[in-house]
Formats: sequence, structure tokens, C-alpha cells
Amino acid sequence: MEPNSYARSSVRLDATFAALADPTRRAILARLAKGEASVVDLAQPFAMSQPAISKHLKVLERAGLISRGQDAQRRPRRLEARPLRDATEWLEKYRRFWETQFHRLDALLHDLQAGDVKIEKKIKKNKTAHQRGDHR
Amino acid sequence: MKNSETFTISTHGDREIVVTRVFDAPRRVVFDAYTKPELIKRWLLGPEGWSMPVCEVDLREGGKYRYVWKNDSDGKEMGMSGVYREVVAPERIVATEKFDEAWYPGEAVGTIVLVEQDGRTTLTQTILYSSRETRDAVLKSPMQHGSAMSYDRLENFLPTLGREALSA
Repeated sequence: MEPNSYARSSVRLDATFAALADPTRRAILARLAKGEASVVDLAQPFAMSQPAISKHLKVLERAGLISRGQDAQRRPRRLEARPLRDATEWLEKYRRFWETQFHRLDALLHDLQAGDVKIEKKIKKNKTAHQRGDHR
Repeated sequence: MKNSETFTISTHGDREIVVTRVFDAPRRVVFDAYTKPELIKRWLLGPEGWSMPVCEVDLREGGKYRYVWKNDSDGKEMGMSGVYREVVAPERIVATEKFDEAWYPGEAVGTIVLVEQDGRTTLTQTILYSSRETRDAVLKSPMQHGSAMSYDRLENFLPTLGREALSA
């Protein structure tokens, strides 16, 4: 990737991850996923003052995760799905990678405990794991 | 127990990725699976369709290890090497890691901590990258050969957020 756009996407992603680190902010996003809502609406389910909610909203706004609607009176917030998708797609890719490894490890650990695979107690010094035939 | 309850991935600070996972085995068995070549080769194979023809481990502080993976369909290989900085059996391993043809700059440092409770083991696997850019590049592409990593699209992550938020 071209370095500048790479750095930009990285900064944005970092702000996204930081914004998502807080459970209240995640709950706000989950609420906004159902449709836009005013600050009053958003504050209602939480035992929090409106200023406290507004602070969370500012963090989400800076991360580009939410925006403000047109209605000047209510100033409803709405979800901006794109940065969220970017961040979760990256994590998801990484998670899938390790999930594949760990599933195989689960099976191996099971076999080891069942005695189907023996752990060599002494590793012979000269025994190499390198299978030359396979390695081009 | 559901997988989602025993498997978490998070970013920590600017440069780290932290993975936790619970295994239904005592930690000495998990430790063996992470450190004995004949066992590593049975699970740390990368995406489906890859094998691990080379796995060499000199398990001591200052000792080296080397892994080579191979794509069985096109024969492409990918190697990674590193040096063990700390080895405390069966609970802790710290090692550097660097891919032969790294798609990110610098060397990473991986730490594995195993905690056993009631015969089950919680693994915490932390990888510290040289910069935030590097960390994010790795998240974006866990292994360089992207075609092999062409998993299905994102469905559901960040369980607390719920599926609807992601498809919004």
C-alpha cells in the first residue's frame, strides 16, 4: 500500500479501536444501529447524565463512528458504519486465522491426553524435524 | 462452552495484539504443543491447505527457532525465525519473531503465558510490534499470502455490539 494512505488508514483505525474500547460507547453504537437517536434518547437507558453521554458521543464523533443529523432541534446522532466495518474486518480476519490454529490445537491436546499421541520425553539431540524432501 | 466465551482478541495500546483462549488441558500439555517440533507441526499450520515442512526449535534462552510453511497447492513457502528470550516451562515463553519476507517492518516480540485452573489452561498470547502501523498491517493481513486467507466476509464480531450494528 502507498505509505501516505496507509498511515492515514492506520490513524483512523487507531481512533476506532480506542472509541470501541468502552462498553458504554459500544452500547450507544448498538442503539444507533437500530436508527438515529437524540442525546436524550441515548442517555435514557444508561444511569448517566446527559453531559456524560455527550462526552462519549464526542469520542465516537471524533473517531468518525457517528455523525449528526439535519434536525437542528434534536440533533440526532446516527451511526457511520464504514470505520466500524474496517476495524472489525481486520480483527475478524486475524481472529479467523487463530481460530483455525486453535481448533487444530484443541484436537491435538485431546489426542495427547487420550494417549493417542505420545509426547517424546527425551528429545534426541540429532533428530531433526527438517524434512528435506519437502523443502525446495 | 461456547467458543466466544473462551476466545478473545483485542488491541492493547498502540503496538500490541492480545489473544486469550482457554484450552481443555493442563498447561504442561499446552506448553509441549507450543514448544516441541513434532507437536507444533500438527497444529500451527496457517490457513487450510498449508503444511509445515520445517520446524526447528532450540528451546533455551538465546536459542533459535525456525518455521517454514508451504502452500500445498502452489508450493509457495514462507519462513519465520526468532530467538527465545525467556523460557519458563510450563508457564511462559518470550521470543522474537520475523518473517523472511516480512510485509511489515521490524521484529516483533511474542509473549505466551499459560495459567492453569481446574485442569484447564488459559493462554494469553501477546505480540508487540515495532510500531502502530506495523500492528495494524498485521491485523489486516495475518499471513502475507492473501489468497490463502480469503475467508468469508465479516459476519459477527465484537459480540457486545451485536450483528445488526455491523450490517448497518
